[in-house]
Amino acid sequence: MTPRHTWHIISGKGGTGKTTIAGALACALATSSRRVLLCEVEGRQGIAQLFDISPLTGAEERRISRTPAGGAVYGLAIDAEDALMEYLDTFYHLSLAGKALDRFGAIDFATSIAPGLRDVLLTGKVYEAVRRKIKNRPNAYDAVVLDAPPTGRIAQFLNVHAAVAGLAKVGPIRNQADSIMRLLRSAATTVHLVTLLEDMPVTETEEAIAALRPTQIPIGTVIENMVTPTPLGQDQLQAAAAGSVILKVPGLSVKQNRALASEFAIEAGRTLQEQQRHERLTALGLPLVQIAFDHGGIDEGSIFAIAEQLTDQMSLEAA
Amino acid sequence: MTDKDQTKALPLPPPQARLAVPFLDIDEIIGDRDTKIIICCGSGGVGKTTTSAAIALRAAEAGRKVVVLTIDPARRLAQSLGVGELDNTPRPVPVIDTTAGGSLDAMMLDMKGTFDDVVIAHSTPDKAEAILQNQFYAALSSEFSGTQEYMAMEKLGQLHSEAEAHGTWDLIVVDTPPARSALDFLDAPEHLSSLLDGRFLRLLMPPARGPLRLMSAGFSMMSAVITKILGAQIINDVKTFVRAFEALFGGFRQRATATLELLSSRHSTFLVVATPQHDALREAAYFVDRLTEEAMPISGMVINRVHTSALALSPERALAVAEDLTSSSAALEVEALRRHANLMRLITTESRQIERFASARPTVSQTLVQSLPTDVTDVAALRRVGVLLADKD
Repeated sequence: MTPRHTWHIISGKGGTGKTTIAGALACALATSSRRVLLCEVEGRQGIAQLFDISPLTGAEERRISRTPAGGAVYGLAIDAEDALMEYLDTFYHLSLAGKALDRFGAIDFATSIAPGLRDVLLTGKVYEAVRRKIKNRPNAYDAVVLDAPPTGRIAQFLNVHAAVAGLAKVGPIRNQADSIMRLLRSAATTVHLVTLLEDMPVTETEEAIAALRPTQIPIGTVIENMVTPTPLGQDQLQAAAAGSVILKVPGLSVKQNRALASEFAIEAGRTLQEQQRHERLTALGLPLVQIAFDHGGIDEGSIFAIAEQLTDQMSLEAA
Repeated sequence: MTDKDQTKALPLPPPQARLAVPFLDIDEIIGDRDTKIIICCGSGGVGKTTTSAAIALRAAEAGRKVVVLTIDPARRLAQSLGVGELDNTPRPVPVIDTTAGGSLDAMMLDMKGTFDDVVIAHSTPDKAEAILQNQFYAALSSEFSGTQEYMAMEKLGQLHSEAEAHGTWDLIVVDTPPARSALDFLDAPEHLSSLLDGRFLRLLMPPARGPLRLMSAGFSMMSAVITKILGAQIINDVKTFVRAFEALFGGFRQRATATLELLSSRHSTFLVVATPQHDALREAAYFVDRLTEEAMPISGMVINRVHTSALALSPERALAVAEDLTSSSAALEVEALRRHANLMRLITTESRQIERFASARPTVSQTLVQSLPTDVTDVAALRRVGVLLADKD
């Protein structure tokens, strides 16, 4: 049986914690004895930094974490030039020519003059990893998580069809783009968008969804990151935000109680604003997931904690 | 003992101790008439655009004639600055205080428009038309990864010449693109010009003279491979483009070099913008190191969204008190205490991050801007950010 989703693509505005969420999702998917591949494509070494390991180089798929649930997460930093070399080798047996091209700076040139080519090569490498399972190839993964470019560029990045349209009408690159597009549009793929409950990231999320819809690539969930939940109701929050609440904490002086109340007024106001943005996201009609703000910063332990929250709220395929 | 153990074992110094690093005095920078360009750089999502706009506004209200070049402002901020449209024209920002004799213009960079303008300004109408219609040019001017950075530099050069020639402005504040890697911004001019007059491009152009002819065997194989991958059309487009564009090459390079020289002169200064999170500070460290390596003038760091509290109550105590408040009528008190505890923990995490940065780079001056309760969407809010930027406490 084919798992529900094998290719998870994560995007989000810069600063929303997209790499952390991608890492956590990879961990959440790595339940008992499952193998999950976590890929990045922007040359930032975000995976290495998140998991506190040495940089991922070349085509190396290194195990970066064993999850508490007994699965394993592998990391891969995809580079367009390496991908092009591999592509030449696979399709033309041209590894020598590839090396010659490299010497002339031709690979940098080819990927520079045709930015669409770069995107096809990057998604093509992920596509290859996803397909290993379907084709029963060795080193197959049960799921692949892609830490994709930010929301501003995601639709353009995934729309490999459009990218090569002006470039190649026929030939292997076109065929490759067609196959990638078929997989992207299939039920095996899902795109998740990470956002904060702030104005700009929410706006960019709305825009990214509008841009993704025409591509027919299925959108999964919107992940609201760094959320502060509250047990209080609207009325209480509004009163607190308006500063019309007098706090009486025993043991604190009147002055301290006042300081606490004015601090709480700001917090309550922010929560109210967050709730409005949550409403805006609800209007998108997509499943929403909330990840609590970790006030102690992010380390490996907190990645697993986020993974648990994802498991609880998303219907992820099990082992 | 490891680094982690140490930070756990030692009590945190009081907030003032953070300011042991030199203070970044924004007012001194904008007050210095020799400062003609301020460049704000940093990773995405750290408030670079807001910082640029706030500095520009503060400088204008202090009497400077300022133009701020923004790259991708939030819509509402852009509207309040009067630059809702991508039209590449600096427009006066309304509702600023001009009693000190200053002025403020704002503009939003239109990457393709800037590129088109350069082509039109520096070639004959026929050639310009040929270039603008070229497929390869279309890709280059809208999608090439270094184009945005390059065009920001080109626009900066243009604004600077205009400022020098007409005295329209005496200070240019630049918001840099959210570069994927910190290197992009400095490398962009070099990257684009080396691409445009690079070895490979020349190889594509017949006829090969001198030593290049010797490479022809290698070249024909290569050309065949490239044609296989990209198709013959793109190679033809590139060839046509290069022929039409040839006359512009020298100018591009020259201007890029001139702009880089301007940026490394004493009339320019870089501000690195960050937030007190591990990722943002790591990117900032990279920027600082890279700028230092390239001998670019850095004034210091702006650290945005730093949390503060006026209530000296430890998170442990706040939580303990909250736990004792069992009565249901104390729901607000419990939540207020819980939020305070979270805030104090966040403050601890943030000051640890800032301290680590400062201990690794003790000579880099800093100014901390506290986290604001609402988004910055109008001129009044920008003015408040300016006050926080310039404020030492």
